[in-house]
This record gives sequence, C-alpha cells and structure tokens, in this order.
Amino acid sequence: MNLADYRRAARAWLQENAPSDDGPDGDPIARAKDFMARLHDAGYSGITWPQRWGGQGLTQEEERAFAAEAKDHTLPTYVFSIGLGMTGPTLVDRGTDEQRERFLRPLLRGEEIWCQLFSEPGAGSDVASLQTRAVRDGADWVVNGQKVWTSVAHHADWGLLLARTDVDVPKHRGLTMFVVDMRHPGVTVRPLRDMSGRANFNEIFFDDVHIPDEHRVGEVNDGWSVAVTTLLHERLSISAGVGMGGQRDNPASLEALRRTLDTSDPLVRDELVELHIRTRALALFNQRLAQETNAGQFPGARGSAAKLLLAELYLFQADLATRLTGPESVVGDHPLGFTVAAAPGMALGGGTNEIMRNIVGDRVLNLPPEPRVDKTVPFKDLKVGTQE
Amino acid sequence: MKLVLSQEQQELRAAVRAFLAAASPPPRAREGYDPAVYARLNGELGLAGLLVAEEYGGAGAGFADLAVALEETGAVLLPGPFLATTFAAIALAGVPDKELLTGIAEGRIAATLARPHTGIPLRDGTVTGTLPQVLSGMEADVLLLPATTGDGLVMTAVDLHGEGVTRTPLETLDITRGQARVELGGAAARVLGPAPAGVGDRLAVALAAEQLGVMRAALDAIVAYAKVRVAFGRYIGSYQGVKHKLADMHGKLEQAESIVRYAAWAADESPDELPEAAALAQAYVGRACFEVARDHLLLHGGIGYTWEHDAHLYYKRAKTDEVLLGPPRAHRARLADLLEL
Repeated sequence: MNLADYRRAARAWLQENAPSDDGPDGDPIARAKDFMARLHDAGYSGITWPQRWGGQGLTQEEERAFAAEAKDHTLPTYVFSIGLGMTGPTLVDRGTDEQRERFLRPLLRGEEIWCQLFSEPGAGSDVASLQTRAVRDGADWVVNGQKVWTSVAHHADWGLLLARTDVDVPKHRGLTMFVVDMRHPGVTVRPLRDMSGRANFNEIFFDDVHIPDEHRVGEVNDGWSVAVTTLLHERLSISAGVGMGGQRDNPASLEALRRTLDTSDPLVRDELVELHIRTRALALFNQRLAQETNAGQFPGARGSAAKLLLAELYLFQADLATRLTGPESVVGDHPLGFTVAAAPGMALGGGTNEIMRNIVGDRVLNLPPEPRVDKTVPFKDLKVGTQE
Repeated sequence: MKLVLSQEQQELRAAVRAFLAAASPPPRAREGYDPAVYARLNGELGLAGLLVAEEYGGAGAGFADLAVALEETGAVLLPGPFLATTFAAIALAGVPDKELLTGIAEGRIAATLARPHTGIPLRDGTVTGTLPQVLSGMEADVLLLPATTGDGLVMTAVDLHGEGVTRTPLETLDITRGQARVELGGAAARVLGPAPAGVGDRLAVALAAEQLGVMRAALDAIVAYAKVRVAFGRYIGSYQGVKHKLADMHGKLEQAESIVRYAAWAADESPDELPEAAALAQAYVGRACFEVARDHLLLHGGIGYTWEHDAHLYYKRAKTDEVLLGPPRAHRARLADLLEL
C-alpha cells in the first residue's frame, strides 16, 4: 500500500473508531484499554515494531502518517505513551526474547500500562547520580529508594527502573536496568499535583521490592547504556508525537486562534504568521528525521534538537495565544489558562532545555565537553543531590 | 514529499563542493568575480544549465538538484553572476523564446533579471528607464526585463553591452557580489513572450537554498573555532554560554534545511503547494540565515569584527540576501494572504 492509501485508510478507520469525545461515562482507563485493543486489531499500534513481537513491521513514514491523521482526533492513548514511546522500544532494542515475548504484545494491546522510573529527588538532569539501590539476593534483586516525576505510575502495571547496583565504581558504571512490578506490595505510588492542577505524575517509594533476575534488562552495571537508548527514544517519540493523542483541541493552535481573533489586525496577522512559520519549520524537520530514519540513517542525538524546538514552540504558542486573546484567557475555565499553565512541562520533562542544548552541543556538534569532576570518582565518594 | 537527498544529489554535492574548495574557497570571495572560475563552473560542472531543459542544451534537472548546487555556492560566498543567471534561467523557463537558454546552459551568457516589475514601457522595440539595483548588473551580458505593452506585461531581453545602456557599479554592503544601477535610454529590447507567472516563488526557493549554504558554512566555521580557541584554560566550545548558542543555531539550520528541501520538492512536484512553501522559505530561512551569520560573528569575539577575518563576509551576504527579494515583511504578508488570515 502506498503512503497516500495508507493515510486514507487510517483516516477512514479513525473517523469510524476514534471516540467522539472523552466524556464522563465509565472508567476512562477501561475505555482507553478497550480502544488500544481495537487500535492493535486494526494494525495501528506498534506500527514500526517488529511483527514477531506484535508490531506491524512498517516504517516511520506510516507511523507519522497515522500520527498526522490522529491529530484531528483526541485519542485516549495518553496512559500508554510511556510504554509505546520509551519503555517498549527499549525492550525491542535491548530486552531478552523472553522479555519481549512476555511484555510487548500486552503493551501494544493496552492490556498493561508502563511507566519509566529514572529521575529522583536528588537526580534529575544528572540522572546518573541516582541513589535508589538494587542489591542481589539469590535469584532476586531487592530495591530500596525513591523515584519522582513518574508519569502515569498511578495506573502502571510495570515500570522500567534504573537503580544503583555498585557504589564502588564511578556513577555511570554502577547502574543496572530492571523491569519492576508496580503491583508489588513494597511499591508505594503517591500522585503529585503539577502547576496545571493535574496529577499525571507521581513520587514512588520502594521498600524491599523484589525483582527476579530475569527482569534485568542488559548486563549488570551496564544500565546507563540501556538508559541512553530509552532517552533517545523518549526524545524522538516526544518530537514525533507518538502516543500523545491528538492536537485537535489545542486552543493555542493557529486553527483555533484564527476562529476567535480579528485577523484583519496587521499585528495579529503577523503574530499568527510567526506561529505558522515555527510550527511548519518543526513539522518539516520531524518529517525529514523520519525520512532519514527510513533511509537507514538513525537521527540519534538530533532528536534532542527536535525535542528542544518542540518545548520552545509550546512555550511560545501558549504565551502568544494568551497575549493575543487578552484578559479572558486567564479567568474561569478558559482553555488557554490551562494551556499556558501546562506549557513549561515540555521544557522540563524528558530532559530540560538546557540538557537538550548540552546534548546537541556535545553529540551533534561534537563540541568539547565541560570539565567533569564526577566521571572517575567512585560513587560513594561523590557529592550528589542538594547540599547546603 | 521528499526531504532527503538522493544518491545522485549527494554525488552532485560532493562534486560541487570539491570543485569550489579548490577553485573558489571563501577567502577568494573578497577578490570578487573571476570569469575563469565561472566558466569552469559551467563548463566542467554545467551548473548554469542545471535547470535548462535538455533540448536547449541543459541538464533538465529540477529545483532539488539546483538547491544542492546553490547551497554549495552559497557556502563559499561564490562571487559573480551565478545566482543572477539562475534567476534569469527561472524566468526564461516560462517564456516561449528559448534562444537565450542555450547560451546560458553553455556558459556563454551571464544574465540577470530586473526586479521587481519596474513598469518600464516597451516602445518601438526599445526601453527607457532606470533600474536602481540590478543583481550582478556589471557581470551580466543580458538583462531580462518585464516591460509593459498595450497587451500586458511581456518579458524582454536587453543586451547590456548594447547601445543606450549605461551601467554604474554600486557600492554594496556585500563585497563578494555586486549590484549595479542600469540606465536604459532607448535600448533595444527583444520580446521573448508574455511575462510568465510564478517566477517570484521560484526565485524565493533558489535564494533560500543559497541562504542555507551561507548559514551552514557560518555555523561550521564557528563550531570549528570553538573546538580550538581556548579561554580561561578551556576550549570556548565547552562553555555552556557558547555551546547552548551553537545548539540553538543548529536547530535553526535543521529547520532551514527541512524547509528548503520541502520548497524545492514543491517547485518540482507540487505546484499547488509552491506559493506557500516559497513564502515560508523566505520568511524562515532568510531570517535564520542572518541570525546564524550574526551569532557566528559575535562568538568569534573581536577577531570576528576585523576586516581580515571572513566572518563579516558571511554576515554581510546574509543581510543582503535577506532583503534581496524585498523587505522580509513582504514574504510574511504573502504568507498571511495564502493562509487566508
């Protein structure tokens, strides 16, 4: 099927099957799971994943064609976005066949929800300085510690957990990646309310949580390289909008703003043109990255540039939309009030803009690294977290 | 939509890049137009004939290929009438009289295009009036001039070496590529046919490709310098104050390249999308090119402000290119119109 046909078929399927709205009826998680199963049956879940593990074995072109069509709808896929965009692709790349067999198909069908457990109160941008410990105990590992900013953890069945397994070596060399059962009695999930008023992320406490060694991803003490794989997927999936649902109702988009603003005002026109220019520039960059990926050229750290630009676009458009709309945008239940309150999230989650710039500078432009005091010191001798 | 280069286009880029690195590296740009280099560019590489159909002696290539070539000529700030002749070839593609195209494809004729439409009338086969700024007006042999007649606008060709033509070189900000004032006093003008539509969009795409090359070269230069220049005991590229700015410049380059590939594809394959793509190209790439060239100069420090350093050549070309097809607000206004805002 050529891409235009694929896109037409996706459009038709979405028109038939996308929920008309996410109204109050029923349990939203149950509805989301039901939708994911139908999405998978129709062949639109795991579009680029290997067929062997329940995917479709297609290319980024189809993935982005579907995402483009999905923009016209509000799909209830948000709770699956971490699994689809980050932890799933990590298992595709680095998991054992047993792990892929066990986890990937249920993930694609929406039967199980995933979260990602990297950041800690003392380790955000510098995630490799994390302190959650995993200690070997026979055939198991025992985990103690705390994670934070964990999206959808309050719904999650499984988590991809990065923990410290050796404190006597430098920090990057003492980490190991695991799949942890979020239903284990030693796991406590506490929702955190963000500045937009939502409680989509959480803090997680681990008290003697047992993980079987079969749920270790990659070699012992090689967790950092697995985490880098996850983070690359994270930035690419964010910039590509994988599993992010639709933008149909984005009240800061050009389409929404032109309906409410006086576009005969030349100042308004010029601001809206600027919004169009930035939106198109980034969309075309993302499309070029997808085409390069299909041509066998993996974009790697250039995905961080796309993620940075997306974060800046979110901040810009929410700010612009409120400035153009005026005082009513910040009172009552005006949708722009939420949009402007949520806008900083993209510039912080998945790596701050400053970290993205470091990555682009170091790994795309190959600039000299900053002098580091933490790369050769054993972790137990390192200063970490917040210290007076 | 095709946003990545084909194998052939990558080979074309390598060939043009290798040729220019030897024949016209950036320091040569300040010496101005070298007809021998221009002749080889057209003889060995056939660049002036890229867009010209094969039946008129050209390569019959499209804008996607032309963009590759213009990116490279932009990157070395190639002096001379290559862009002007490309503009002329774009205009000639839409008129019935193709005679000049063969001369352009063979590299015998350098041409330029009068813009914007001047309102100069055609009377008894002659034109009279003043064109205050003609790109490469001193180097070009032929001026393509849209002229008004009782039957509407026609495209005419004026021999710039002929009677009734007075050319005065202008002092330009960009010392690497000149402009001239052209006074026409009853100069002979040969009618080539009705003035074609849609030329401005194609000029915008071609210019954006050159701008992409200018900004890429400027970013490459400052990235290279940031890896060797030391301050306070460290390479300056290791400081976030420098590194983060370079990362932002890289983001502009990535987006500019994506827009140029899209606009070139639209010029070749999707005429309906071309007007918007072309306006987007000038609205985004023109600004981004200047910003990158400006910041590359600033990050060089004091040496970047000197006459002997090449940084100002890029800054000045970028500024000149940004306003070459009119004030940038014109592209933004056109975009607003096309979006029906």
